[in-house]
Parts: sequence; structure tokens; C-alpha cells
Amino acid sequence: MTTTQAAPEPRHGLRLFLIWIILALAADLIIWFVWYPHMPPGDMSTSAHHQQFDIAVLAVTGAPVVIFVILYFVYSLVIWRAKPGDDSDGEPIYGNIKVQASWIIGTTVIVLWLFVFGTVELAGPAGAGAGEGPSPIWTLAGTQSATWSPGGNIMLQVQVIGQQWTWTYRYPQFGGMESTQLMLPVDTPVTFHVTSLDVIHSFWAYQLGVKADANPQVDNVAYTTAKALGSVTVRCSELCGLWHGAMFNYGHVVNQTAFASWASGVQAKEQSDGVLAALPPYALTYDPTVIPQLGSALGTIDGITGASGFYYPPGDPVQP
Amino acid sequence: MIAYDPCAPLVKKRGGDPVSVAARAASLLVAFLVVVGLGIFVALYYIGGQSSLPTIHYAASGGQVNVVLQEDPQNNSSSKPDWVSYYVQDPSNNQWVHTTLFSVPAHTKVNVTIYGYDGCTPLRNNFFSQVQGTMGNTVTVSQFDQHGKEYVTDQTTSVINSWANCNVGHTFAIPGMNLYVPVASPNAQLSANNLCSSSPCTPSGNPYAKETFSFMSPVHGGDFRWQCLVPCGGGFLDGNGGPMATIGYMSGFMNVVSS
Repeated sequence: MTTTQAAPEPRHGLRLFLIWIILALAADLIIWFVWYPHMPPGDMSTSAHHQQFDIAVLAVTGAPVVIFVILYFVYSLVIWRAKPGDDSDGEPIYGNIKVQASWIIGTTVIVLWLFVFGTVELAGPAGAGAGEGPSPIWTLAGTQSATWSPGGNIMLQVQVIGQQWTWTYRYPQFGGMESTQLMLPVDTPVTFHVTSLDVIHSFWAYQLGVKADANPQVDNVAYTTAKALGSVTVRCSELCGLWHGAMFNYGHVVNQTAFASWASGVQAKEQSDGVLAALPPYALTYDPTVIPQLGSALGTIDGITGASGFYYPPGDPVQP
Repeated sequence: MIAYDPCAPLVKKRGGDPVSVAARAASLLVAFLVVVGLGIFVALYYIGGQSSLPTIHYAASGGQVNVVLQEDPQNNSSSKPDWVSYYVQDPSNNQWVHTTLFSVPAHTKVNVTIYGYDGCTPLRNNFFSQVQGTMGNTVTVSQFDQHGKEYVTDQTTSVINSWANCNVGHTFAIPGMNLYVPVASPNAQLSANNLCSSSPCTPSGNPYAKETFSFMSPVHGGDFRWQCLVPCGGGFLDGNGGPMATIGYMSGFMNVVSS
């Protein structure tokens, strides 16, 4: 009489580990060497460069975890599926010290690593292009000056003003001139002062890796340094009403001399047209209720007559 | 308390006859198709549906096209008669149509005339007092009193300061073309007691401003949204709700038709 002995169980753990290590290594190599150079938002600025690096590191960290979950799922479906005619339940599991310890240690290491890496990467590149509020704790190095000229590593100040549904940009170092175009000099530290005239918007200069909420009466500061010439897409990334989807325009990074020429030209034109005099004095929050002209007597401008009017307060607009 | 017995036979699964794999798959497929179908219906019906607003078509003559608009302190709709609104003049019969949709040919000089019947409102950002994107970056303004007397004649300017003298009723802005035009209002004191009260407004008995400017339409076709930048939605948050956020009142589309 012969007896049939059941085949010994294969070493599932070892199998899973070997498959996982091969797949994880392949995925990480592909992410780092193939995908990383093409990851958004590119490396047009220091903040974008850091964000691209951060996303690549997070992807390399996360890919082995994702692969393990999917691998275990597929392995279970294929190897441990019920055989035809087998309606029995599986054996109960009462705990496994090795599995539990591995899980706790593994997840702890991953979370602590992400915490340390994230903090370093937020502090190092001066907020990594994100809005830091009116009093940033991580600042960008640069010479502070009331005027700007090429070649001096002078910090360029740009006020970003959102309103339903368009962006404008104000340059306090050029007489407070304002433009519908975002122009920036290359290799220059830039401070954005992001604010709004009405509802909450969000300034998202995609290729620069800069994103900062635009809140009324708030100066939200963000930093970057553009490292390459080219075009920048500016979008609103906070749902702000009917034309939110159309609230975008384009900016340009140009060389420092070209920027100085452009900015001086716009300043001169707005000065001669009287636009500069018509704007409120530059302030870190754009307060349009400061209208020194209102209340003046009936006057004329360019031959067109009018009379004193009043401003609609944001909270209580009324129709005349 | 029931003790665990490793030698006990495995428990059979409970339940009746299992539903076949094919039936389950078919049920899932049907449920999936229903959900997707509902999504497509909502998207097509509510979002992509045909607008009920008419589009006024302007044809070029001699390489130019003449677009005529007016902005009123109210409108003749039955649902929102107290909302400020633009009107577009139909060139085929010179009738004013309550719409903000119009089309122009591509790569054509567009001559715009806007009749401003509404009173003045300061801009939230006075930067838009500056005329931008028109030919010469200027507009030409005339103003009339309620008796038809022209008290300002064809003044060409690059700035209409909405804060200094309250001269701006609304704006006509096409941000996608970098076109920003402040639209003059009639004299504020004249407006105070004599503002047009029945739309579409006519020059008879009403003070108004007439503003003209030109720009080149884009080379390629497409829809260009336009809006007013004055917070003129009275009674709404920041003045930008209501008519400001409703197509057919203070915002609309310029459809550029390529040949």
C-alpha cells in the first residue's frame, strides 16, 4: 500500500520578496533615470527644480510600497485562490510577530523619512515656491533695494493682484507701475506679494513652481529665482466664479537687460498717460478703497466731464 | 464558549445557489453603463447644451466690421429686469438684442461703438482706467445730455480715470486678447436724475456717452470671452455676482470666425 504525501508548501515569503525586489528596483531605476527629467513642473526656476526633485524622491519612495501591495494582491489571487469545488474557509490567523514587527518598523521608517525630507526640502529652497503668508520664516537671499538694476543680485519685488477674473502685476521698484503681463529677469531672486481685490484666488505660475493663495487684504509672500528664459503660464487654481477656468495669462522670463528696458518703458508710458498717478500708493496689500481723488470737485480730464463718485465696498456693493 | 478544534472539518460556506460569474459581470457592466450614461447626460444637457441666447453675426465690408453695443442700468428680461446689462445691435435690422454673444470675421479690423447709458462706478482696480489693446491704445468719447446736447465731442484719450471724475460706467475687456477698454458713462450729475429707465435705451430723453475704438480680430478663429471689470453686480458678493457672472448680461463671448 502506498500513501500520497501532499507537496510541501513553497516558501511564499521568499518568492514574494524576490519578485518584489526585482520589480521595485526596476521601477525606481525607470523613475529616476527616465521619468524624473520630464516630471512637472520642470526646472525653469529654483523652486520648480526642487519640486521636481521632491516628486522624484517621493515617487522612488512610494513605488516599492505600491508594487508590494499590488504584488501581494495578485499573488494572493493567483496562488491562494480557492480550487474548484472547495467551498471551505481558510484557516484562522492568530498573529505573526515577524509580519507585525516588519509592518510597524517599515511604516515608521517611511513616515519619519518623509517628515525629515519634506521639512528639509521646504526650508532649503525658501518655501519651495509656496506662499508663506505675510511673515515668511524661510526667506530667499538677495539684496534689498528700493530700485532694481541688472547685475546686482537685487531682489525684484512683484505684487500679484488677482481679481475676478484676471491677473495684474505691480512693480514697486519701477514707480509702482502695473501691467497685465508678468515679466521676470533671469537669474534674479524674486519676491512675489500675492493679494486679491475681491474673492480668494490662487496664483499658480506653473513652470516657475510658484503657487500662492491670493486673499483680499493679505500679503502672501512666495519666492523663486528663474534659471531659464521662456514662457510661463499663470493660472488661477482656486475656484473663483464663472470665469475661473479662463483666468489665466502668460508671463515671460527674459534676460536682465531686456527686463530693465521693458519695465522702464512701461513705467514711462504709464507716467506720461497719467495712469501711475491714478493708482493708489503702493502697499503690501492692494487697498483700492484708498482713493485720494474721490471727493474732489467736479473736474475734467482730457475734456471728459464727470463728478465725484463713490467706491463699492467689497462687502456691500450697491447700484447707483 | 466554543474551543477551537484544529481537527474539526472545515465549515461549509453558507448561502443559497451562487449567482453565476456571467450574471454578476453583466450586472456590474449594466451598473457601470448607467452611471457613465448619467454623467454624459448631465455634461451634455447642463454644460454643453446649446445656449438659448442668440448670437449676432457681423459681416465684414471693405475689410472692416462695425460692432455696436450699449450698456444699460436695467434690461427688458422678465426674470432679472433690474440687472445691469449689455445689448448687441443686430446689423440686419438695427434692432437691439438682449444678448452678449456676437461673431466677427478673423483677421479683420473691428470698429466698436458702445453707447453708455448707465451711471458711473469706480473701478476696483483703477489700472483698468487705461485703454489697452485698441489701435493706438486710445478710445474716442462723446457725451450727451438728456436733451441730446453734445457737451463733449470726439475726445480721444488713452485714460478715462474712473476715480478722479467718475467717468466710467463699465468696461469692455477681452483678457485673452489683452484688450481692456473703460467705457465712459454720461456725466454723473446728469445721470443722477435722468438715467435711462427703460431698456433698450434710446438717445431720446436720456443722457449717454458714445465711445468708439478699433482693434484687429485674431488671425485664427475661436471663442473669446469678454467681461466687465467694474464690480457692477449690485447686491452680490464683491459686486461680481449676478449680472457680472451671467452670460447675457455683463459678460459674453466674441466668436471669431476664420474664413
